[in-house]
Amino acid sequence: MLVNRLIPWLSAVVLSVSCVVAQAQAAKAPDALIKEVSTDVLDAVKADKSIKQGDVNKIIALVDAKVMPHVNFQRMTASAVGRYWRQATPEQQKQLQDEFKILLVRTYSGALAQVQDQTVELKPMRGGAEDKEVVVRTEIRGRGDPVQLDYRLENTGGSWKVYDINVLGVWLVENYRNSFGQEISANGVDGLIKKLAERNKAAGAAKS
Amino acid sequence: MRPALTPRRLIALSLVAMLSLGGCATTGTIIKDARGGPGARLDPWETWNRKVFAFNEGLDERILKPVATGYANVVPQFVRRSVDNFFANAADAWSAINNVLQGKAEPAFQDVVRVTTNTVFGFFGVLDIASEFGLDHHYEDFGQTLGRWGFGAGAYVVWPLFGPSTVRDSIALPLDRSASPALMINDGRTQFGITVLQIINARANLLGASKLLDDIALDKYTFIRDAHLQRRRSLVYDGDAPELPDAPGPLPPDAAASAAAGAPPASAPGASAPAASAPGAPASAPAR
Repeated sequence: MLVNRLIPWLSAVVLSVSCVVAQAQAAKAPDALIKEVSTDVLDAVKADKSIKQGDVNKIIALVDAKVMPHVNFQRMTASAVGRYWRQATPEQQKQLQDEFKILLVRTYSGALAQVQDQTVELKPMRGGAEDKEVVVRTEIRGRGDPVQLDYRLENTGGSWKVYDINVLGVWLVENYRNSFGQEISANGVDGLIKKLAERNKAAGAAKS
Repeated sequence: MRPALTPRRLIALSLVAMLSLGGCATTGTIIKDARGGPGARLDPWETWNRKVFAFNEGLDERILKPVATGYANVVPQFVRRSVDNFFANAADAWSAINNVLQGKAEPAFQDVVRVTTNTVFGFFGVLDIASEFGLDHHYEDFGQTLGRWGFGAGAYVVWPLFGPSTVRDSIALPLDRSASPALMINDGRTQFGITVLQIINARANLLGASKLLDDIALDKYTFIRDAHLQRRRSLVYDGDAPELPDAPGPLPPDAAASAAAGAPPASAPGASAPAASAPGAPASAPAR
């Protein structure tokens, strides 16, 4: 069939396009990257009515496509789990990562659903171009008071990846550290995985 | 609920606050910014705090949240906005004073311009004209002023009705709470009405956020506590707080200061490991 013959060809095209995109972004400064990605996401939200109405699956698809390529999710999870991370088996680490991702994407989606006529403004960045870790500070401006939104990024292999996000002065990953530690010291790593899964399931059921 | 503080009570309260300042400062430096295992070091009164938190949650669930939801549903958006502006104008005046106390000339000046513009041309702050002209808020309260002056946050405290706070912010609380339009009015019933409206307005503003919180927190108490402590610390540094000890990088100045002041080594970087197994771990997380 024609379709069968087309699939390898199509995937080759997709692969090469994503390589070009990745290379283009590798050269980019961290603040330029943040500005581009967040403007991109805000525009996508504004253009799509179903996202504004809180279509969670659409928002998750958007976040997966536009945001996730620029996030070091393993570092995020490891940092939230803290010193227990090394005690966890690879399988547990993967589960933690998956569940934590769903949790964070839900958080982010909740915020995205409130987007109206906001724009992103970069604040001046400290540090030199040779730094391996930087903080990019932004402000979301719209009606009402500006919202502080900062990012911690690391330079790995030539591209910048986000590993923590600050909303209104609160670093999210840092904020989960005590909650995770509390759960692990009470019920172990599996207890935390179970708790995260329950939380995600409950929220998913409430919304659909 | 009591009407807002009268000036005489206010003076008495601030005197008490000033007197206890010296005593609390020592505790402050020891606990200052230290991050233990599961919150043990920041929250020595966790058992008690959790009870007060549960009480506040119940009160919110039964009274405050339904009233605020009703208010948000019934009162038109532009009226709510006006109410919000009115209280924000009073907060700006208090911010101006605190910006002066913190020696921040430009924000102080902008706040003065904000308040005079909005009071004179905005019908006592009902219209926020200054924002239309691009003048932003620079919210500062007395708790932040104390922080700027070098007082550590101290232990976490949850107050009935008032909610999350710290030792330092509790000292500032009587002043910060009375910085309200109600202060200007001499009639007890009007004062009471304004205070009630202020509380409902504040809660209505948080309806979206509190729903989100229910979704994302594993343990609401811990999540709110940690977020509150982080946010207050960030506000003291005007949104640009230095990284905390367990993040890689040089020792932040305040941690270096508390180490120099003879604080136990546990408040230095790498505190999380020993502190988690220390006695006094939170009741909800029994040591194994």
